[in-house]
Order: sequence, then structure tokens, then C-alpha cells
Amino acid sequence: MNINIPELSLVVLMGPSGSGKSTFARKHFKPTEVLSSDVCRGLVSDDENSQVATTDAFEVLHYIAGKRLAAGKLTVVDATNVQPEARRPLVSLARRHHCLPVAVVLDVPESICRERNVTRADRNFGPHVIRQQAQQLRRSIRGLEREGFRHVFTLASDDVEQAVVERVPLWNNRRQEHGPFDIIGDIHGCRSELESLLRRLGYDVEAARHPEGRKAVFLGDLVDRGPDIPGVLRIAMRMVESGAALCVPGNHEMKLLRKLRGKDVRITHGLAASLEQLDRETLEFRTQVVEFIDKLVSHYVLDDGKLVVAHAGMKQSLQGRGSGTVRDFALYGETTGETDALGFPVRYDWAAEYRGTALVVYGHTPVSDPEWLNGTINIDTGCVFGGRLTALRYPEKELVSVPAERTWCEPAKPFGDSAAQAPALTAQQENDDVLDLDDVIKKRVVATRLHHNITVREENAMAALEVMSRFAVNPKWLVYLPPTMSPSETAPDGALLEHPAQAFAYYRHEGIPTVVCEEKHMGSRAVIVVCRDAGVARKRFGIIEEEDGICYTRTGRRFFDDLELERALLGRVRHAVDEAGLWTELATDWLCLDCELMPWSAKAQELLRVQYASVGAASRAALADSVSALEGSAARGLDVAPLLERTRTRAHQADKYVEAYRRYCWPVTSLDDFRVAPFHLLASEGHVHTDRSNLWHMQTLARLTGAGDTLLMSTAHKLVDVTDPTSEADGARWWQELTACGGEGFVVKPLDFVARGRRGIVQPAIKCRGPEYLRIIYGIEYDTPEYLERLRARGLSTKRSLALREFALGVEGLERFVRKEPLRRIHECVFGVLALESEPVDPRL
Amino acid sequence: MLLTLTSTAEPATDLGYLLHKSPFRPHSFDLTFGKAHVFYPEARTERCTAALLLEIDPVALVRGRPGARETRTLAQYVNDRPYVASSFLSVAIAEVFGTALSGRCKERPEMAARELALEARVSAVPCRGGETFLRRLFEPLGYEVTVERLALDEMNADWGPSRYFNVTIAGSKRLCDLLAHLYVLIPVLDDDKHYWVGEDEVEKLLRRGEGWLAAHPERDAIALRYLKHQRSLAREALEQLVTEEPPRADDNEPIDAIEKGISLNDQRIGSVLATLKQCGAKRVIDLGCGDGKLLRALVADKTFDEVVGVDVSHRALEIAADRLRIDRMPEKQRARVKLLQGSLVYRDQRLVGYDAAAIVEVVEHLEPYRLAAFERAVFEVARPGTVVVTTPNAEYNVKFETLPTGRFRHHDHRFEWSRAELEAWGRNVAERFGYGARFVPIGPLDPSVGAPTQMAVFTR
Repeated sequence: MNINIPELSLVVLMGPSGSGKSTFARKHFKPTEVLSSDVCRGLVSDDENSQVATTDAFEVLHYIAGKRLAAGKLTVVDATNVQPEARRPLVSLARRHHCLPVAVVLDVPESICRERNVTRADRNFGPHVIRQQAQQLRRSIRGLEREGFRHVFTLASDDVEQAVVERVPLWNNRRQEHGPFDIIGDIHGCRSELESLLRRLGYDVEAARHPEGRKAVFLGDLVDRGPDIPGVLRIAMRMVESGAALCVPGNHEMKLLRKLRGKDVRITHGLAASLEQLDRETLEFRTQVVEFIDKLVSHYVLDDGKLVVAHAGMKQSLQGRGSGTVRDFALYGETTGETDALGFPVRYDWAAEYRGTALVVYGHTPVSDPEWLNGTINIDTGCVFGGRLTALRYPEKELVSVPAERTWCEPAKPFGDSAAQAPALTAQQENDDVLDLDDVIKKRVVATRLHHNITVREENAMAALEVMSRFAVNPKWLVYLPPTMSPSETAPDGALLEHPAQAFAYYRHEGIPTVVCEEKHMGSRAVIVVCRDAGVARKRFGIIEEEDGICYTRTGRRFFDDLELERALLGRVRHAVDEAGLWTELATDWLCLDCELMPWSAKAQELLRVQYASVGAASRAALADSVSALEGSAARGLDVAPLLERTRTRAHQADKYVEAYRRYCWPVTSLDDFRVAPFHLLASEGHVHTDRSNLWHMQTLARLTGAGDTLLMSTAHKLVDVTDPTSEADGARWWQELTACGGEGFVVKPLDFVARGRRGIVQPAIKCRGPEYLRIIYGIEYDTPEYLERLRARGLSTKRSLALREFALGVEGLERFVRKEPLRRIHECVFGVLALESEPVDPRL
Repeated sequence: MLLTLTSTAEPATDLGYLLHKSPFRPHSFDLTFGKAHVFYPEARTERCTAALLLEIDPVALVRGRPGARETRTLAQYVNDRPYVASSFLSVAIAEVFGTALSGRCKERPEMAARELALEARVSAVPCRGGETFLRRLFEPLGYEVTVERLALDEMNADWGPSRYFNVTIAGSKRLCDLLAHLYVLIPVLDDDKHYWVGEDEVEKLLRRGEGWLAAHPERDAIALRYLKHQRSLAREALEQLVTEEPPRADDNEPIDAIEKGISLNDQRIGSVLATLKQCGAKRVIDLGCGDGKLLRALVADKTFDEVVGVDVSHRALEIAADRLRIDRMPEKQRARVKLLQGSLVYRDQRLVGYDAAAIVEVVEHLEPYRLAAFERAVFEVARPGTVVVTTPNAEYNVKFETLPTGRFRHHDHRFEWSRAELEAWGRNVAERFGYGARFVPIGPLDPSVGAPTQMAVFTR
């Protein structure tokens, strides 16, 4: 016997104890698909036969079944299920998740059941129990369909052995169809416009096919209102028949179908036009139309689940499922139950809350301009009302439209003339004014292109939420946060903790021959987004304030409290971009730059005062006093020489420490006192420049800094071949020169911005810091040989792992922004970087 | 870290007997955190000075720090601890001068029991509370106090003075008393202990404070600081993120200080409570509940069936839970209260369906460009029947004598609205989201500038 069950269904096994349900389940289903009441009894009570645990056991069973069905997983319930009250919750569970309940009845003679139970030591109930169960089952069988089971399979003893279970895909499952598709919005009998559109899309209208095998998808509402409804139906039916098109039904088709079948239907909303025009057709054609509409499937899931088409849309939890609710949603969308002033139902904006990964293309409600919102798009542009007929090309995501030849039908509700009062922001940007807490809190796993899935832990998200809410700039500006950077491996010996040799070796060992060394500026990290003007900021970033760019810190705060200063800085950056001709060259009207902004004291004033200067003041005072006290003792002839020597050394170290931080401090009275050193040209319209080499970044940005504005500072850099000792020595020599005069050192980057080594992507940058700079990181006395030895034992793996994860998240965010994804998708990455930054890691690295 | 003790009580060199350390050779001691050295820069009959110098191992200091969790901020590494007078010095005093501290001296018992002309100088004493506090600690004990405040950085004079002082105290004292005073008061000035503060600390404080602490006018402050509290993990995680701009002291302090004298906070809570009751709300949310002042009033009032406190700061919620004594509430009461970490600028489905929301002294902490998100999160998504918003009335600021003109009442305020500004904002919001709005003053009403606080009440 063949048991054909829908691929997503709740299979309810029924039969008395000993009827062989568990054996049957084992044979035909995956172990994880089967939920056994006995196992659940065991889970809650340690006793698989405990009858006392029944209520709890079934609660657990129903709970798990619910989770599985919500996730779209076939589920089998292995319990006796002989009583209607045991089955009722299962049927409603299946309904709640829009999948079909299937009954599989094991109608095995009582004697066999008894025999099997006797051989099982753990089943000690009497024969009357099985008799009673069998009776209950027999009474149930006839009523199962009435109880709501869509498929009922009753297996006698012999059938049980021979049964073959086959899973049947749902009608709406067309995942194996990859297109490309041309999805066409509501046509409403506009045959001529349809033909024009098909031609524009490259179809051979006479042959009703596309020469390159593209497939048309009709989104329903082909009928009613318009001038040539039979003509439209003919095209659609022919194309669907030949496989050149798919079609989903609209609410108008369903109403027409009911009328054609003789049901009592009010002739409104343009149904009269269909009836009148079809009346002129042959009976045969009308019969074909009825058959055609009758066979239409509510919605399709296409292209491995990446695309969903339905007349009025389809929310995520209903996609690929089948139920009355699913069908109603496909036809009418979701309504709030209220009606507006004109008597139209108020629609519930499911798209605003849509979080699915599948793109959803739909129609139903005419709009003047199709707009993407959270990966959904309505392409009904009201052709019959004098608008346009629009198609979406997939996967290209291009919109193609033809104008209506005339207004075929006066709309009851005006549309299309809203262009005059066009909103400043797109639907997506308006939607993005407020992001959803659910998209950031709790533990999250973010899929990135560069580095697989990245986990953001809940406690880190909690810290990030506070910073993001209280201090961060408008999330619409916040398209990127920079990653942390790891230092080189520790120098094994000598007077230095860090040296370029280890950084070079790191890349060499990862199989990367060429690196770019870039002078490290000591200031504060700044991300600058600069637009050509405020109009671009509004259009591309959705910023309604009159702003034309922004400068923010590595934690997403506005860099300057003084907005005039920010505006002036952005103006000068913009001017440099103008001069360098980068707008045209990169075909963009905005840029995102990764920079260092100096002096350090400008942003870190508080830190400098509270921490650095304080330690300097205290140490110098205390050590000076100590030296003079010891000198007094020495003058008295006491033997304190070694202690005096050590203390003098410390006093000297304290002086050098103060010198070290002072180097990065200077007073700022105007913008001219600042220096901005851009080192990554991260992104511009349509492009994240991670596919360019670091040399390209240096050279391109040198054109900005070379434009004559002293505010913009270039970054000295040098290419090093890490397979050539001479070249390495050359690089090391340069580092020595930089650090000898107290410089911070340099950053070593692989030539490629994203470089892959032996195990995935390698560190995007490694810093080698100079010995004097390190004094303000490791402390005043860190280079005392005895301490230095102990400091060498530092572990880099946490820092490096963090750097990679943050790098991947940062790039992912930019890529999503450039792909014009909804803000929540970008914010997720940026928020993730901020959250990761709160992970504990040695701050000296 | 350096302490010098000078005696001018002739023969001053007897200081060596009192301290049990000969002036004629240097002495070294191993302590857990490094080495202590005692040596005498001068040893004359008329004047003798002993120096106690600590050499602290800065690397071990971080690694071995008891109670230290994962390393967090750079402050642990670039650190004043090896150089300043702190609890290390107290430990060293007890270890190295233990006998003298206990007042015993075999060789010169009568001298140990006598008040002598003594002087102690401590280099680089960190002092939270400044010179005033420093003087209030030592002067009541009868010392003449000389202080020299260290500049932060002489090359960056505009950075101002540091929190360190070179301190000299002089007076006629028994040596053991002088040492006990230093032992207790140096960590109090520093307000940061290097070791875990446990139960035995109380005992130590009582022993070393015997005979003087109970009568000291600052005894409460001394005890509080001496028995330093521990900080929560959540707070440290946050600090990690704001290292460039360390958060200032407690958020509520300055504003209460400025507004003090009119018990404005009580009037505010009263007005909000009255409004919520007037509209018949049963289930209410306190958005931005902070440490829970309003929340407590709401919970205490049986009119409300459900009270939800929402704040972006996890730390604030911990304090609120503490103050509400949530874990000690009876179960029924407990079920009425919920605390959620949430944000006013993100939409939050958990907040949908409540009768009323109170947003008390919160909007002014949002950047103006975040108000759009706030408005939608509250009025469009959460959409309670009634929304009560209170915020300072900027016009009233002229009445606060301690508030400089043009400054906000609190450093974290991003704006403060005049009455007209709140009304303009309120009417716009009401119209866009389908609410009615009215505006109510809170606090004493001044004929020209209005009341200190203003309240907007939105009803659907």
C-alpha cells in the first residue's frame, strides 16, 4: 500500500498498545521526526510507562510538535491516539501551523497486540486495556475525516508490512525552478499593454514564449474591469499550458470562478466586464477558463526558496504552506478588520514587519511607484486605472513598465497623482526610522560572506544596546564600524616587545608574499561619510536633517559635538574629493572613509587628563622625592646604591612616558589644528572597495591628501616582499626610523584588502608599535628587562579572532548597504561589531 | 610610593628605637606586592627622618590582583598604583612598623607612650574630595596640615591640577597614633583598595580606629570609603565601550543638586501618578524608569494591575530591582511588576497593548535626530491609550542660581525645551499619531518663566 503524504504534514499514528506504531515509525521516518508519547513520559518522569505523567508528557509532545511544524518540519506522533480528545489538539496544532493532519491507522487484531505486549517486560497492563483501546479505535475510524484529517490511511496487519511511505511536495513548492522570471503585476484585461510589455521583455508574443527560456509569472487579477479580458486569459492560459509561464490567482479570478459556477455573487468591481466579454466567447472557452482558474495554486515558492510570488503577498510563516488562511492571505492580504472612510478594508502592513529571506513579489493594491520594503515589492501599478503595467525581472531586480494606453476604468480611490506630494523618503527609509529591538537583542547569529556565521552573545548585545541608544549617531548614517586590530606576535627576545619581523613572518606563513606597511598615526579612529550634498544624504541614507555627511568614532558616536566644525570638516573633505575627481571616477555621489583623526587629545581629552597625565604627575612627583631621599641616605654613607639606581631609572622612565603621550597632544582652536588621515576608501555607490588592493587605497587616497589641503594628511607607506630578506630589512629599517623619534610605528597589511591564507581569511592588518609608544600602553616601567620578559607571554588568539569577526561583520554591513538592503540588515552588523567590542580582551593588544 | 617620618624630639635619632629600624643601615623587606625599604636620609640629634619606600612590581600588580576578573581596561596597566600612597602603604606600615604601630618599644617604652614632635610626609596622595576633604580628615585630629597639589602636566597647563597632593602633617603625637591615622586615612583618601574587602576589614578598622575614630566628625565617610564596595560586571562591560569618554559620576546627582529645595521630584511623581489614575489606566509602563523612583510609587498604588519598568541600562534595572526589593515581594505582588531592558528608539513588541506610558525626564536625554524613532516606537508601535511625557522647562533655568546661563540642568541633556517648544512638538506628534494633547506645569509656577517641569499628556 502506498501512503502518499504531503512533505509538510503532521502524521498522527493510531493503534492500540502493541499494534506496531513505533516499529512503523522507525521504519518510515527519521528518528528526529518521530515524537513518542512514551519517550515524553520518560523525559518528564524517568518512567516510560508512567500513567501519572500523561498530562505533562503530552504537553511536552505538543510543544515540540509545535516547534517542529513552525520550522516547517514533518512530524510524526507516536501515541495510541485512539480517543477523539487525544486527536483534537493535534488537528488544531496542524491547523495553527497551516499544514495538513494525516491519520495512519494500524488496524491490527487485538490478539497480536496482546501477544506483543506479553513479550515486553515493561508492559504489565491487563488484556482489558487493549480491548478497550481497540474498541475506541474502531469507533473512531469513520469519523476521522470529519475530525479534520485530510488524509486517512487505514492499514490492516498485512498492509503494515508492505506499506511504502512517499512524501509529496506541495503544489506551491517550485523551489527547483530557478527562472529567470519576469513577474507581471495586475493586468485586468489590458491585453494590448500586456503584449507591449511582453515584447519589451523580449518575448515572442505570437509564439507565446521567450527565446531565452525566461518564464513569465502572472500575479493574478488578470480579469475584470479592462477591455479584453478573454484576450489576456488566452495569453496566460497558453503560456501556462506550454510551461512558458506560471500564474497565481487573484481575488478577481476567484470571484469570477464562483460566478461562472453559478454561485450568487454581487456584480461589482468590474466583474460585469468579464461576464459580458466572456459571454461573447464559446462555451468551450468558458469551460477552459473555469478549469484554468480552478487549478491555480495560491502562491509559489521559487528558486530554492529565494523568491515567493503571490497576488496580495505572503508573510514568512505562511510561505510554502497550505491552508484556508494561506489561500486567503494570498488573495486578500491581511486586513485589520476595520474599513476606511471609503469603505475599503484597512490593510495590515505585513511587509513592514517582514523578516523573511525570500523576496516576496506581489500586487493587488495599485501603487504609483513600486518600492522595495524589507525584501518585498508590490508591482501593481494600476494599468487599468490609467497607470502602468509593470514587470519585475528576476534575478536582475529590474522594473520594466509600459504606460496604460488610456484610463480603462475610473478608480474608486485616487492613486498615482501622489507624485506631487511625493514623500521625501522611500517606503523603506521611512520604515527604517525606527528599528526593531528584536533585530538586535538576545543572542544573534549573523551570516557574513567573509567569515561564515558570527555569534553575538546576549550580554554583549545588552551593553551595545545602551551605547547605541544613548550615544550613537542616527543608525541611518551608521553603515560601518571599524574592527579592532591585533599587534604582531611578541618579539622573542631583545629590548623590544614588538618588531616588524613577526608581522612579516605572520603573512609569509599564511602564504602571502607582499604586504603594505602603512605609517600608524596616533589619534582617534574616525569614520567619515561624505555626500555630494544634503539631497544625496536624504536620497541615499534617508537623512531628513540638512546634513551632507558625518564623522563618527569607532563606537558610533558623533566625533564633534560642534556641528559647525563637523560641517566645515566635511566641506573640506568634499572639496578634496571634487579636486581629485573621484565622484566621476567612482561614479558615486557619496564615499565612506576610514580615517585617523588627530590630535588624540581632541577626542581623548578626558582620558588623557584622568589617566595618562595623572599617572605621569603622580609617578614623577613620587619618584623625584624618592630619589632625593635616597640621595640623602647615600650622602650619609648608607649603602643604597642599587636601590637609588633603580629608582633613578624609574624616574627616567616616567619622564619618557610623559614625553610619549605629550607627542599626541596639541591644543586645537580651529579646524586647521586638526589632521585627518584617511587610509581606507571603504565604499562608494554600488561598490565596497574590499576587492581593491591596499596599495590602491593608499594611492587613491593620496590624491585626496595631495590636493593641497593641510587638514588632510597622507599616510606614508611601503611595499615589502616578505619572501625577500633585503626587502624585509628595508621595511624594518623604516620602522626603526619611524619609532626612533617616538612614532607609534606602522601597520602591516596584506596587499589584497581581503586576503585568504591557509585557514580562511587572514588578519586584515597587524600593528607593530614602537617602544616609546608602548610605554603608554604597557605602563611606565614595562621595558625594565625583568618585566619585559614576563610581558612577552601574551596570547593573541582572542584578539585575532575578534579582529577577524569584526572585520567580517564590518564588511558585511557595507556590502548590505551597497546592495540597498533594509537598514535592519546593516544595523545588525554594526550593532554586532559594537557588541563584540564589549567582549573581554587584553586592552593592551 | 614614599612616606617619610621626621622626629625633632631630641634625641631625634631615638626614632630608630621607636621604629625598631636602625638609622645606620638600610633595611629591606619582602611583601606580597613587592619590596619595602626603610632608610634614613637624615639622622641627627635634633632631626631624624626615616623613609619608607615601596617598590611595587607593576606586572605582578595586575596579574595577581585578587578578585580581578578578565582584564578589562588599560587603566589597570597605565596605573598610578606603584607610585601613589594607597592601601599598599597601610599594609607596609603594618608589616614593617608593626611593633611601633602597636605602641610597643622595649628600648624606649616611655618615649613610645609620649607625645613627640612628629611630622609625616607622604608623596603623591590621591585624594578624592580634594584639599577640603583632606583637611577635614587630619585637622580634627590635631595636625597642622600642609598640602601641595600636583599639576597634571606643566606643559599642558590648561589641563589643570591633578588629584594628587604631597601632604605633610605635623603635630605632637604618639608615634603609634600617627601611624594608625595614616594606616586608616590614606586608603580613605585614595578610595580604592588594592585587595578584596571582606568581613575582617571591619575588624581592622575598629582596631586601628580605636580611641579616635568614634569621635571623628567624618567617621561615616571614613567607614564608608574604608569598606569599599564592589562594582558590577555589567558596569565594567559598559565602561569598556566608553573608554575614550569615561562616564561621569552618578547620573542623578547633579540635577537633584540643582533642582533641590523644591522637592521637584516628588511633585513630578505625584503629578504623573494623578494623571495616570485620572485616565483610569490599569496596566502602565514606565519608559526610562532608571533606578525606579516612579516605579516604586506605581507599584505601591493598588490601582495599577501591571507595572512595567523599561530602561536601556541594565545596571539601572539592577538597582531598580534592588530598591523595589523584587526578590522579597510576595508572589502576587511580584506578578504585577516587570522590569525589561529596552530602548526608546527601537520598536518593541513587548510594550504593545498597555493603557498608559509614563516617560518622565527622559526625552531630553535623546539626541534630537533620534526623536523620530522615539515618536514612532511609542506613539505608533507601543501605542498606549495615554502617554505622559515630562521634561524640564528651559525657561525656568534662570531661576536656578547655581546653573550658569545657557547650560543644561544635567550634563547628559541633549536639549531642554521652552514651553512653546514642548507644545509645538506635542501638538505635531498628537496630530500625526491620532492623539489629543494637553500641557500641564509641574512645580511652583512663576508668572514669567512658568514651572520648572512641564508635562505633556497625550490621550487617544
